[in-house]
This record gives sequence, C-alpha cells and structure tokens, in this order.
Amino acid sequence: MSALSRDDVAHLAGLARIDLSDAELDRMSGELGVILDSVAKVQEVAAGDIEPMSHPLPLTNVTRPDVVRPSLGAAAALAGAPQQDQQRFSVPRILAED
Amino acid sequence: MATAVTEEVVDYDEVLERYDPVMGLEVHVELNTATKMFCGCATEFGAEPNSQVCPVCLGLPGALPVVNDKAVESAIRIGLALNCEIATWCRFARKNYFYPDMPKNFQTSQYDEPIAFNGHLDVELEDGTTYRVEIERAHMEEDTGKSLHVGGSTGRIHGAEYSLVDYNRAGIPLIEIVTRPLTGAGGRAPEVAKAYVGALRELLRALGVSDVKMEQGSLRCDANVSLRPKVGDATSEEQAAVPLGTRTETKNVNSLRSVERAVRYEITRQAAILDKGGKITQETRHWHEDTGVTTSGREKSDAEDYRYFPEPDLVPVAPTRETVDALRRTLPEPPGERRRRLQADWGYSDLEMRDVMNAGAVELISETVAAGATPAGARKWWTGELARRANAEGRSVEDFGVTPTHIAELDGLVRDGRLNDSMARQVLEGVLAGEGTPTEVADARGLELVQDDGALEAAVDKVIEANADVAQKVRDGKVQAAGALIGQVMKEMRGQADAGKAREIILAKLTG
Repeated sequence: MSALSRDDVAHLAGLARIDLSDAELDRMSGELGVILDSVAKVQEVAAGDIEPMSHPLPLTNVTRPDVVRPSLGAAAALAGAPQQDQQRFSVPRILAED
Repeated sequence: MATAVTEEVVDYDEVLERYDPVMGLEVHVELNTATKMFCGCATEFGAEPNSQVCPVCLGLPGALPVVNDKAVESAIRIGLALNCEIATWCRFARKNYFYPDMPKNFQTSQYDEPIAFNGHLDVELEDGTTYRVEIERAHMEEDTGKSLHVGGSTGRIHGAEYSLVDYNRAGIPLIEIVTRPLTGAGGRAPEVAKAYVGALRELLRALGVSDVKMEQGSLRCDANVSLRPKVGDATSEEQAAVPLGTRTETKNVNSLRSVERAVRYEITRQAAILDKGGKITQETRHWHEDTGVTTSGREKSDAEDYRYFPEPDLVPVAPTRETVDALRRTLPEPPGERRRRLQADWGYSDLEMRDVMNAGAVELISETVAAGATPAGARKWWTGELARRANAEGRSVEDFGVTPTHIAELDGLVRDGRLNDSMARQVLEGVLAGEGTPTEVADARGLELVQDDGALEAAVDKVIEANADVAQKVRDGKVQAAGALIGQVMKEMRGQADAGKAREIILAKLTG
C-alpha cells in the first residue's frame, strides 16, 4: 500500500537539500516504501480506543523561569564555524529570498 | 537597490468598481522576556553579533530546549486580550526548512494546536466606526537569526556571494497572530489593515509583553491580499458567497503607514493582472519602502513541504483553568475604553485626542499627568515640539531620552512662574542634549524669570516714556496697542520676564 512515488522522493530530497542520483532515487523509493508499509501495519493495530502519542513521558508544563544564564560567548560560538567574518557565521550565498 | 520591475497598476477607485479586496494579516510579535524561548540566553537588542547564543539556540547536537514560563504566560495573556479561547493542552511542532537563519534546520513553532484561537479585536476607524477583526489563532514560536548579505552589486540576496549570520535573534520568543480573511471592508481594506496593526500594537503595549517597535522589528506584519469579482455591496450576502481569489503575501511591512500603502499597492497591481485575463501567482512579495511597490519573492511553499511534526524534545503545554483565570485578572483595561476614559479625564477634544494618538503619546501623557503635569501642558509638549522633532528625524518620541518626569517638571517650572514659554523651550533643548533635568538645565543656563517687580516696573516706565504715542493710544482705550509695549518690555528684560505680568503692570499704569 506504499503511496510513495519516485517523484515524491525526488521532491523530499529537494526539500532536504540532498542530491540523489537516479539509482539512489529508485532505491530510496523502495526502502522508504517498506518503512511506510511497516508504520501502516502499526496503525492497523492502534485502533480508535488508543490515543495517538507523541511523547513517551506523561509530563506536561515543564518550564524554566525567565532568568538569564551565561551564553557561550562569540569566540566559542564561532569556534566550530568553517568560515566566519565580522563575528558572524559566513555561509554560501542563498538563491531563495529570505 | 533592487532592480524593481515596474508593474502595471490600475487606478484604485477603478479597482473598487470591479473587485472586492480581501486581506489576511499575520503579525509577529517579539516578546520582551529577559531570555529566549527555549534557553537562558539574553535577548538584548543590538548586542554584539553572536554574543547571546548557546548550544540550544545554535542547534548543536545533544542540546535540549526548555520552555520559558514567562513566554507562555505572555502568550496566554495576548490570547485572552484578543478574546481567544485558550488551549487546555497543546504541543510545539517542528517546521522543517533548510535555510541558514535557523541553524537547527527547523523552527520550533506550533501547527495544528495553537495556544490561543477563535478570537477577535474590534478596531476603531478614523470616522469612529468599528470593524471587527476575527482572530484565527495566536501561536508560540521562535525568531530566526539575522542574515547580512555581502558581495554582489546590490547588497540584496540576488547576486550576494555569501551571507553573514548573527544568531542573537534566533530563539527569541515570538507570538504569531493570524486573522481570518478580512472581508467586507471594500475600499477601506488598506485603512482597516493599518488600524488593526495600530490597535494590536496599542493592546500589546498595554499588556507590557513586547517593545512593539516596528522599526526595530519587534512587531512585524505580513499582509495577504487577494481580489475577487465584485458582485454587490462589500458587506452583502452575494459578495460573501464569492470564492476568494489567489493571494499574495507581502512580507515584513515595517511601519503602520507602510501597511496601508503595501495593501493598497498590491490591490492595484493584482487588478491590472486580472483585468488582462491573467492569473495571480501565489507567492511572497517584498515591500519596498522607498519606491512604494512590491516585488516578487519566492513562490510560497505548501504547508506540507514544511513536514510539520510534534516536537519530541518539548512536552505539551497544558495551562490549568486556575492559571488562565489568574492571568485573565492581570489584563489591563482595553485600550479603546481606556482612551475614552482618559479623554474625558483630560478634557481633550476629539481632535486633540486624535493628535495625541497619532503622536503615539497616550501612555506618555498619562505618565506625565501622573507625575504632576496638567493635561494641557503634557499634551502641548508631547504632541508639539517633541512630536515635530520625532517626525522630522523619523524617530519615535520615546527614543529622545526625555521622560514623562522631565516634562512634568518642565510644566511645573512654567506654572510656578519660573520660566516663560520661550525659556521652557530652551530648557527642553538642554534636556534633549543630555544636559540634565529641566531644573538642572535652567540653573546651568541661568534661565529664570525676573521675579523682582521693581525691575519690571522700571522697565515698563522706561518703555512708556520712550513710546509716549503708543501709551496715549492705550490710555484712550485702545487696549490692543499694549501688545507693542509688552514686546518692548520683554526686550528690555532680555526675555527674562513674565509677559502676563508685564501686561498687568502696563494696563494698571495706563488705564488703572
């Protein structure tokens, strides 16, 4: 019952900025299809009397007070940046508008 | 400067003969919490780049977010003030997209479970009528980093060679307030848009949840506009039954005036396309303040492209009834009601009150009166000299460093007879220049009305003697001729006298 087409995978790869070859697209459609089918099987078991769950813990309202804590400092924050300039992270130009 | 393609537009009044404009407004409000939405980094505006970042807001592996309780409180208070229902249980969601302004590669937001929904805000228009803006939802999310585009010839993103990113803003709590489609406004759509954002700003300021400075980006408006064929009166049932047209979303319109202009422009641009049998492209557009036009941005992604899913790292937010009720009790008096009450208290005319509102000075005057000024004195300074300067310099009156206490003190000095009007203006100059409080400035500059009646009388005698002809006219009952004498006396006193008192003495001497 896999509804995932090769085009779907190509679209998703585009959104995720992953460059996939034709061969990879073929393979991924198959593999992702199997995963979706497996999830669908679980859904069959989870009938209407079972609440959908997004968190394994029965917790709500875990918050912290609005109190400032030390930040990393710019030097440490930028330490792992492949490129930096003017105390900012330098990244390749972006084609889409922001 | 972007090379804006000049697009055809149709005369606004002509558009309204054939089309019915519909808007949807999305307003993003940065909360004024001390820390970010999900981490303890400070949120100070204008700090050194990347000095307010940590593993959580940089999206470093293994970092876990924790919700800021104050931000949730503010979100609920905003929802209540907008007459919304508050969710009893809701979750955050990941909005997935790849763009360097969000180092996590997703923005933590809310999707189908907003904290507040189904509300409304009644907005007063210039002519005193009210338009009800239906609120679809208000949800919590986080702001993105700021990119600086370098290289290329324009500085804008096309042609930019690389982007420099500062993540200080990434993670600052943001509330997105979304209206339902605003119909029935007809040709007043641009005015409604402006009035809504203005009313919202006033409400948020009264709530004390945000700085609401549009020029600093703590309040930002995206305007969705579409046109549909006009079949009858804007508020008629036939018109309401016509399906909505394709919309465009104009981003980041950053002043009240621009909101009105951008909506108006977009209406005239879309009409030109539709008139030629063309189709509106669903896209984001950019507003250009300088040229007054919008230009095409990216095509709008479908919501499904963001692959929203519940945020696994944050547990649900489930405000109790008691919490919500307690927060409801903290709501301020609704700005509209408060305004009417203050106008009555202060004895301002409708016109005076409108000036005060246009100058954004309601709160300032309220504080100035509370600090001891007369309502008339407070209004005079805030909507006069200070508003004029703010306009001329494109700044906001609050940014001058002059406080309500200063103005109350200045007003007091005039009322006590220490300063006359022109001296008070000089003192204000000094306060604006950072020379200190009004009293300090007056002392330092030696500004003080001469209280010595003897000196004033001597000056009057001298002037009467030198202007015997004018004095005679006054004696003959031509009282208005005294004005010339008062001017001479003030000159004699080097401006350091109370003109009212000078007049009294002159009249006493000549007609008494």
